[in-house]
Amino acid sequence: MSDGANMRGKYDLELVDLTKKFGDTLAVNKISHRFKAGSYVCLLGPSGCGKSSTLRMIAGHENVTEGAILLGGFDVSHLTPAKRGTAMMFQNYALFPHLNVRDNVSFSLRMKGEDKATRDARANELLELVDMTGFADRLPAQLSGGQQQRVALARALITQPKVLLLDEPLSALDPFLRIRMRAELKKLQRELGITFVHVTHGQDEALALGDELVVMNNALIEQAGSAREVWTAPRTEFVARFMGGHNVIALDGGKVALRADDVKLGDHGLPAWVTSIEYQGGHVALTARIEAGEQVLALVPEAIFFQSPKNLGDLVNLAWDEGRLHRLQS
Amino acid sequence: MGKSRDIIAYLQAAPLMAVLLAFLVVPIGMIVVVSFWGATEFSIYPAFQFDNYAFLFGSPVTYKVFFATFKYAFITWIFTLSIGFTVAYFLAFHVRTQAMQTALFLLCTIPFLTSNIIRMISWIPFLGRNGIANQTLISWGLIDEPLEWLLYSDFSVILAFVHLYTLFMVVPIFNTMMRIDKSLIEAAYDNGATGLQTLWHVIVPLTKPGIMIGTIFVVTLVMGDFITVRFMSGSQKANVGRLISNDIALLQYPSAAATAVVLLCTVLIVIGVLLRFVNIRKEL
Repeated sequence: MSDGANMRGKYDLELVDLTKKFGDTLAVNKISHRFKAGSYVCLLGPSGCGKSSTLRMIAGHENVTEGAILLGGFDVSHLTPAKRGTAMMFQNYALFPHLNVRDNVSFSLRMKGEDKATRDARANELLELVDMTGFADRLPAQLSGGQQQRVALARALITQPKVLLLDEPLSALDPFLRIRMRAELKKLQRELGITFVHVTHGQDEALALGDELVVMNNALIEQAGSAREVWTAPRTEFVARFMGGHNVIALDGGKVALRADDVKLGDHGLPAWVTSIEYQGGHVALTARIEAGEQVLALVPEAIFFQSPKNLGDLVNLAWDEGRLHRLQS
Repeated sequence: MGKSRDIIAYLQAAPLMAVLLAFLVVPIGMIVVVSFWGATEFSIYPAFQFDNYAFLFGSPVTYKVFFATFKYAFITWIFTLSIGFTVAYFLAFHVRTQAMQTALFLLCTIPFLTSNIIRMISWIPFLGRNGIANQTLISWGLIDEPLEWLLYSDFSVILAFVHLYTLFMVVPIFNTMMRIDKSLIEAAYDNGATGLQTLWHVIVPLTKPGIMIGTIFVVTLVMGDFITVRFMSGSQKANVGRLISNDIALLQYPSAAATAVVLLCTVLIVIGVLLRFVNIRKEL
């Protein structure tokens, strides 16, 4: 991997008018995007939005209907998965149940015909990287979910990919382990300096991990940008709603996004009736219906809320700084 | 408390125990007992003597016939395995829709709606001296005179065995293959395995339990068979089953029982050896 560091930047992954059709269904509709080499990119969207198809096309497990996938300037869309310089980590890890951890990790070297000593030595290096040295002789069935994931990671990385593709890697883990593993994924990506493309449907996961977020919906990219950009300046109503924490209100003939934590309960402002109150620890999530019939969510800091607690059905005045309104593209 | 629960557990197992006892253990026990009896030309008498076994192990015919039985079992195994594996592989990995899979699978079982004997006998007009096979080959100019070895030969016996028993290989292998996670195949491709490498390093190892169950079916069926060998060889070939059936026809029950006991032990040893290679427990 020593020369890989020098060649950083050369391995940008680029999608050009990438299209996938399953029969008449359009799964991915002419999307174009450039993933910067060495970045952690989260491909985000609801189920059925085309994110998994996109990832599987990049990996080479799905044929490209139209368009191209460029890695380092070369079209790889017609190469076999192993020749592309990508590696995939599968959602359920797809470890070979009949092989022990070491043989799972070194599987690709065995396919290349490397001798056993070389294979084992490389596998041990990778197992050390993911902190699984003590488990080399176990079978996958004897490992916990988190341990299986580390093995899957080691197996994907042994091919020295330029791009690692992760298909909902954390979805099979319990919430506690999920948060720990995501920290480890991020750390590993930083150490290796290769591109990670991580498919997820959880925005908190994407915000926590992604240097860049690519939000997809209906086979299209709705918005791409840094995590902060996407969250603070959603371009469309879909993005604002999907990322959460935003209200979408119709004002002056157009739709605007308003962050829930920018909504204040004041003496003046838009009158509304409280429809639900949820205590969330640091905040109280208060939903109120305005006269136009829309529900507006206000995240009120806990201390402020309990200075004058509200009840269901109470009339409140919702206020915000005009500058915090963010106009959405229709 | 614990004791009454034990009794209930035994009672629950009792019906099955009774069936196995009455229809498996007792008959086999009787065969073992009779195998030590004596026989004259016209009668059999209770005794405890090793004459039957001594005669069996002393006769060169026994070894020839046992060898023939193993030969049939082995060759049939090779063919049923290769055909069965291929069919199951096609059904499990190449047929995309489940409806199609089910339809094709049922298609495989259709021949089994007729009896063994009918399926066997239907080969005879096909393979005979002036049968369809010979006539076709002659009309194509591939041969000048009819092939004699098509019928009433080892060829026809093994052909019938393969025809009769391939499904017993297809079903367990297909069953095991359907449980293989498809993402494992993708993972193998992702790791640079070719189609053949994936087959050999991923699919075959994971299909082993199914192969083993199919093998046990085929081996026990072929080794215990006598009717197929009789019909398809025109009574010109022998296996252990025919040895036993001939003894029975001559009312030599003790001798037949002794042969049966030896055959049973042989088959059990074969299965025991097979089971040492593969753990089929998780398939059951």
